[in-house]
Amino acid sequence: MFGFHYRLERHALRFVLAVVLVAGIGGFVEIAPLFTISETVETVPDMRVYTPLEVAGRNIYIREGCYACHSQMIRTLRDDVERYGPYSLAVESKYDHPMLWGSKRTGPDLARIGAKYSDEWQVAHLVNPRDVVPESKMPAYAWLARTPLKMGDLGLHMAALRRVGVPYTDEMIANAPGDAYGQASPDSPYAAGVTKRYGDATNVRAFAGQPGHVTEMDALVAYLQILGHLTDAAHVQQAQAAQ
Amino acid sequence: MISQLSPGERRGALVLSCLVGCAGLAMAILGRDDPLGGQGAVVMAFALACAGTVSHGYFTPAPSPASRAAYYDDPTRAGIVLAMIWAVVAMAVGDWVAWLLVAPDLTFDAGWSSFGRLRPVHTSGVIFGFGGNALIATSFYVVQRTSRARLPDQLSPWFVLIGYNLFCVLAATGYLMGITQSKEYAEPEWYADIWLVIVWVTYLLLYLRTLARRKEPHIYVSNWYFLAFILVVAVLHIVNNLAVPVSWGHAKSYSAFSGVQDAMTEWWYGHNAVAFFLTSGFLGMLYYFMPKRAGRPVFSYRLSIISFWGITFMYMWAGSHHLHYTALPQWVQTLGMTFSLMLLVPSWASATNALLTLNGAWHKVRDDATLRFMMTAAVFYGLTTFEGSFMAIRPVNSLSHYTDWTIGHVHAGALGWVALITFGAFYSIVPQLWGRRAMHSARLVEVHYWLAIAGTVVYVISMWNSGIVQGLMWRTYNDSGTLAYSFVDSLVAMHPYYTLRAIGGFMFLAGTAVGAWNIWKTMQAEAPVAALDLVDAPIHPDLQPAE
Repeated sequence: MFGFHYRLERHALRFVLAVVLVAGIGGFVEIAPLFTISETVETVPDMRVYTPLEVAGRNIYIREGCYACHSQMIRTLRDDVERYGPYSLAVESKYDHPMLWGSKRTGPDLARIGAKYSDEWQVAHLVNPRDVVPESKMPAYAWLARTPLKMGDLGLHMAALRRVGVPYTDEMIANAPGDAYGQASPDSPYAAGVTKRYGDATNVRAFAGQPGHVTEMDALVAYLQILGHLTDAAHVQQAQAAQ
Repeated sequence: MISQLSPGERRGALVLSCLVGCAGLAMAILGRDDPLGGQGAVVMAFALACAGTVSHGYFTPAPSPASRAAYYDDPTRAGIVLAMIWAVVAMAVGDWVAWLLVAPDLTFDAGWSSFGRLRPVHTSGVIFGFGGNALIATSFYVVQRTSRARLPDQLSPWFVLIGYNLFCVLAATGYLMGITQSKEYAEPEWYADIWLVIVWVTYLLLYLRTLARRKEPHIYVSNWYFLAFILVVAVLHIVNNLAVPVSWGHAKSYSAFSGVQDAMTEWWYGHNAVAFFLTSGFLGMLYYFMPKRAGRPVFSYRLSIISFWGITFMYMWAGSHHLHYTALPQWVQTLGMTFSLMLLVPSWASATNALLTLNGAWHKVRDDATLRFMMTAAVFYGLTTFEGSFMAIRPVNSLSHYTDWTIGHVHAGALGWVALITFGAFYSIVPQLWGRRAMHSARLVEVHYWLAIAGTVVYVISMWNSGIVQGLMWRTYNDSGTLAYSFVDSLVAMHPYYTLRAIGGFMFLAGTAVGAWNIWKTMQAEAPVAALDLVDAPIHPDLQPAE
């Protein structure tokens, strides 16, 4: 072995090949099967996609680095489940490009935060977290409510998402800006199209409380309110396990 | 710097600067309605500064051919200065965000100043800015000496160093503008990623070209590690950053992978960024500078081989230990845990090899703070790899994961191992590179050493405490069988540790600032030693290699 190495280390290119080969095995064995073994991601009938407004909100969540302090992955541990809800299933982040499972909980897990608090609470909390949770260490995001949401290019965003595998239809892509506006403006003519394209269960509300004036706050709250509600699969599985 | 370049190389540098400037202009125009436009402006300003520097020295007399008889160390000198600048800036940002967790209202009601945007400035700044520049600078130094050959040309090392720093600047300014892929330690967006690939391929070719010119039949162990660092980081970077941009005019892209596959790819990357960026490359540094400074040969050639291939093979399996108890299939978690445990063998083989190399030189460790930096780094390397294997055990991970224990572990490695070995290497070569007899102040090296040690210990111990307290509070049940503490209860319990951590970080930062000042004063010192060191020179290209 050492004699072999004594000869190998005299040839740079052979050494390079050996390193690439030896280092390549682990990743290949662990990653490639995740694409081919079908049980890796559960198949559920009710999984829905993010609306344009939720995509925009998710992008704000990413932009502000929320994932650095909040995980979106409830582990299969008793205390995780009792604190945050049924443990996360792979299918729940099937359309998450990229995933936001996170690695740190400076703040609590958000995988099932949707519909747990009212829109008003979420807005007040984002404007100044210490108004509603005095001990909080989260930064204030009051400026989100002052920043109009950029909606014109949401169709391009959804087209890119379709290219990586999210099943958006041509109609969804074509109507993206209108749908984003409509979801946060329930009294506008655009609102009807949102439920038509994304289902009746879609939240259509003035999330930040200012109908007709869509800000980044609306988008972020719309995203937070859908977390954990893209499919009921995790709750169904928990109920079945309980029986 | 410019006066050492041949007229052809000066022309090449100017053309490259202009090309990069044009690319920046294209980004600024295509991305005028997007943060990409701002990044284009950054590229243009960077290219303009490069072009200005080259033009300034463009008409200085061409260097004499005799100057090519020495090793080419200008990029190493520049790399050391850049590394120290990044160190001070990025550690200052790190300490600032540590204080933000103590006093969260210090964000001036703006986006750029919030924790979420500043944190990657700190992580990328220290890992890529400080660590990356240190690796590039020392790898150029080491590969020339251990090959007894000069770098093959003078333009590509500058392209690698300056191009790499453009990547770092794009990363840091991008985060402040809100540009991020959200993949930890791979936050820069698609255009910066593509640029890094170009720089990195040049780096690999430069390294191989230098090795091809070597006058030593064997490739020294440091170069194995530097090669593994360059090669594997390239593979990791390309696979993990596969993404579809929204358009040519958008900074934003969407990852090619989603959910569980994306998580596994990200942590395969993330853990091996630790392995091949923060371990492999720095072991390359250790294997050259520690024996050199101690005046002792490496303890065991065979241990070097075992630990090198062990690290290269096993680390790549370990990433899934970041995903214990998640939606990642159990078999992948188990593989990750198993290999993480086995990794302790090659890791401790390296640490043992390093410490046993010091046999017969321990009196020097006592007297020489520079060597002590390196010895302590090897000790922290051993401690951190033990802790890492321990934390990868699934039940241990159920307590430690998502808590500050992880942060403590990372900093034991980053401060205690990566930064200390780097400072040791810098203090060994700075006097020689600037033609001085010794560092400006040996006493300040000593001060830096103790500030660094004290800072690391305070930081790591406060994070161990907060992490374990946090993990225990989350899983404590009261007598009636319900959770005893709310999340906010655990957050309140963190407060004293967060304050202590910020103080520890400040001590480490203060040490780094002392080091930077000492290096600066050494560069400025009077009366350089004139004579060229004849031993420290490449062997003439026409001579045959020795056997």
